[in-house]
Order: sequence, then C-alpha cells, then structure tokens
Amino acid sequence: MSKFTRKGKKGTPAVSTASLPDIIFMLLFFFMVVTVMREDDPKVSISKPSATETEKLEKKSLVDYINVGTPIDTRFGTEPKIQLDDSFAEVADIQFWIKENRDKRDEAEKPLITTSLKVDSDVQMGVVTDIKQELREAQALKINYSVNKGSALDN
Amino acid sequence: MARRPLQEINAGSMADIAFLLLIFFLVTTTMDQDIGILRQLPPPIPDDMPEPPPVKKRNVYEVLVNSRNQLLVENERMDVRDLKEGAKMFYTNPNQDPDLPILTRQTRANVQENINLLQQALAKDPSNKQLKTDLKKWQGKMSAIELIGEYDELPTSALISLQNDRGTKYSMYITVQNELSAAINELRNELSEEKFGVAYSELNPALSDDKPKILAIRAVYPQRISEAEPKDISGGN
Repeated sequence: MSKFTRKGKKGTPAVSTASLPDIIFMLLFFFMVVTVMREDDPKVSISKPSATETEKLEKKSLVDYINVGTPIDTRFGTEPKIQLDDSFAEVADIQFWIKENRDKRDEAEKPLITTSLKVDSDVQMGVVTDIKQELREAQALKINYSVNKGSALDN
Repeated sequence: MARRPLQEINAGSMADIAFLLLIFFLVTTTMDQDIGILRQLPPPIPDDMPEPPPVKKRNVYEVLVNSRNQLLVENERMDVRDLKEGAKMFYTNPNQDPDLPILTRQTRANVQENINLLQQALAKDPSNKQLKTDLKKWQGKMSAIELIGEYDELPTSALISLQNDRGTKYSMYITVQNELSAAINELRNELSEEKFGVAYSELNPALSDDKPKILAIRAVYPQRISEAEPKDISGGN
C-alpha cells in the first residue's frame, strides 16, 4: 500500500504563467492592427437619420468625414456648422481640404476615396446642397450619407 | 579577463508591459463600422455645355420635396410611404400606363443584329470610340440575355429625378433616397430570386461566378436616380 502513496506534500502544482506574455501579446497585436487612430473630437452634435438600404464602408483609411450639426459648445451659436477634422470650417474651405487629403494618399488609392457626410437629422438641405456642389467642383464624387440602421419611415 | 556568463533577463515583467499596451489599444479602438447610403455625384457641368435634348415627360419620374417636407410626385401629392410602390411602378409599368415609360422587349435576334451592324461599322472605321462603347453596351445586353433570358428594357432616357428645397430637412431627404433605393433593390432581389435562387444582395461582386449575374440584373434594373441642379423650388427657408 505504502508503495503507491506519494511522498512529499500533496496538492495541485501552480499553473505555469510562462505563456501569459505570449497570450497577451497576441491580443495586443490584434488590437494594434484593428485600431484606427484618426478619430476626431466631435465638436458638433449629430443624431444621424436611419435607413434600411445601407452599405458598409470598406476601408476606413480611405474615408474622409464631413460633420454637420449644431455646435456642442453653445458659445459657437445654435446654427448648424461644418466640422472638418478637428475644427469648424466654412463651405468655401471644403475644396482645399479635399485636395489636401487627396495629396496625402497614394496614387492608386485616389479613385477609391469616399467622402462620408455625417449630418444631423434636423439640418436643412441648403447647407448639404452647398457641400455637395463643392465636392463636385473638387471632383470628390464618391459620397456616402452616413446613417444608422433602422426604418427610414420613422425619421 | 575572464568572461562572466551572460545573465538571463528576467521576463517576469514582460506580461505587465504587454498588459499596459493592450489596455491602451483597447481603449482607443473604435469597432463601429460606418454604414450609409452610397451615391455617386455627377461631375461639374462646364459653362459651355450645350442644353441637353428634351426628355419625354413619361420617361421621367419627378420627385419634388418642399421645405415643409411634403412630396410632390408626378405633380400629385404623395405620402412617403407610397413612394416605393410608385417607383416600382415606374420601373416596370405593368399596366401599360401612358404616363409611364414604354418598355421594349430585348430579344436575342434583335440584340445580335445590333452587334453585327456595329461590328461591320467598326470594321470600316476602327478608331471610332463611340462605336466601341456602343458595341460593348450591346454585348453586355447579350450576356444578360444569355443569363436571364429575354427581358423588357427601360428606355435609356428613363430616370428618377429628385429635387429638394434648401429648407427640406435632411432626415426627409434620406428617407426619400432610401425609399427610391429600396424600390430598385426589391425589384433586383425579386428578379435574382427568380432566376438564380438567391437574393441580389447576397451576390458577391468579388466572385467571378456572381459578377456576370450582377451585371445582368443591373442591365434590367439600372439605378438611375438623378439629382437636379440645385435651385429654389418654393423659396422656403
């Protein structure tokens, strides 16, 4: 009998944590790859309208965002304003902004650039029409009206 | 000088460092996919552009939205809920309505004849670009017929014309755009279900198998939503 009992203390041995760094590194690399750093501070409040016939935007790095809505900081007034990157802008600034963004990218990617319009539901079409005219002048013809998924009839 | 053996670096804190970085990237990651309605804007019109030829009234589905978010479709007031059905009627004209476009049957013989004529013309004048694009167009129709059979085709000038006032609310504009897209997508889905057994939205343009199917369905139901040059309709603000 005593031949089969183990000598020394019993109990489970500690789990080896040697592979923990590897696991963490794996997660780390995953998040490093999916992270997109170009997230701007919103300066205007936007509640997007909803629609059903939507498509996904394929490559985030090839999308430029134009935000239109009423400023969050009421010192800037209550009229809808345009936000490009991190600052307020006028309609007249858009063409230059588009050209600047286009120059940053590779030649092969240029035709794939999409301009996404993030516009608040309550904004009137006047400013949106002006923006669209500027985009046409700047030859940025691929646009996307950013929306939430949902029934469009409830807008 | 005697060499000391290299001391091994303690890797115990490696996990902590990795954790720190991991948490940083976790916080900065935004996972939300941007979705939206994709549209292609028309290029700017040069000043010396000649007036386009007049289009038959029955070939244009006119949608106006005023500053009070009301719809005027083909000169009649319409609720936005009925817009989808209206647009589908325009695309198919099932009752031979004289106010809606005449669809022409594209038969195999007819398309083949056009291809032959173009090829003969092209043989005489090989550098003519217009002829080349025409030939491509008809060959596209031929491959559509081979896939889904003979079909009724919209006149090339038929289009949905959308006009809005500067005072229209953006959400209303999106609703109208969405309903018009929904009409076309439903028609495409129905056709695709009937011919290929899968919905149009399930077809993958990256697959060489699906690509011709998508082109064929697009030939039958092209997406022709045109936005008029901006102007004030009712001066509202």
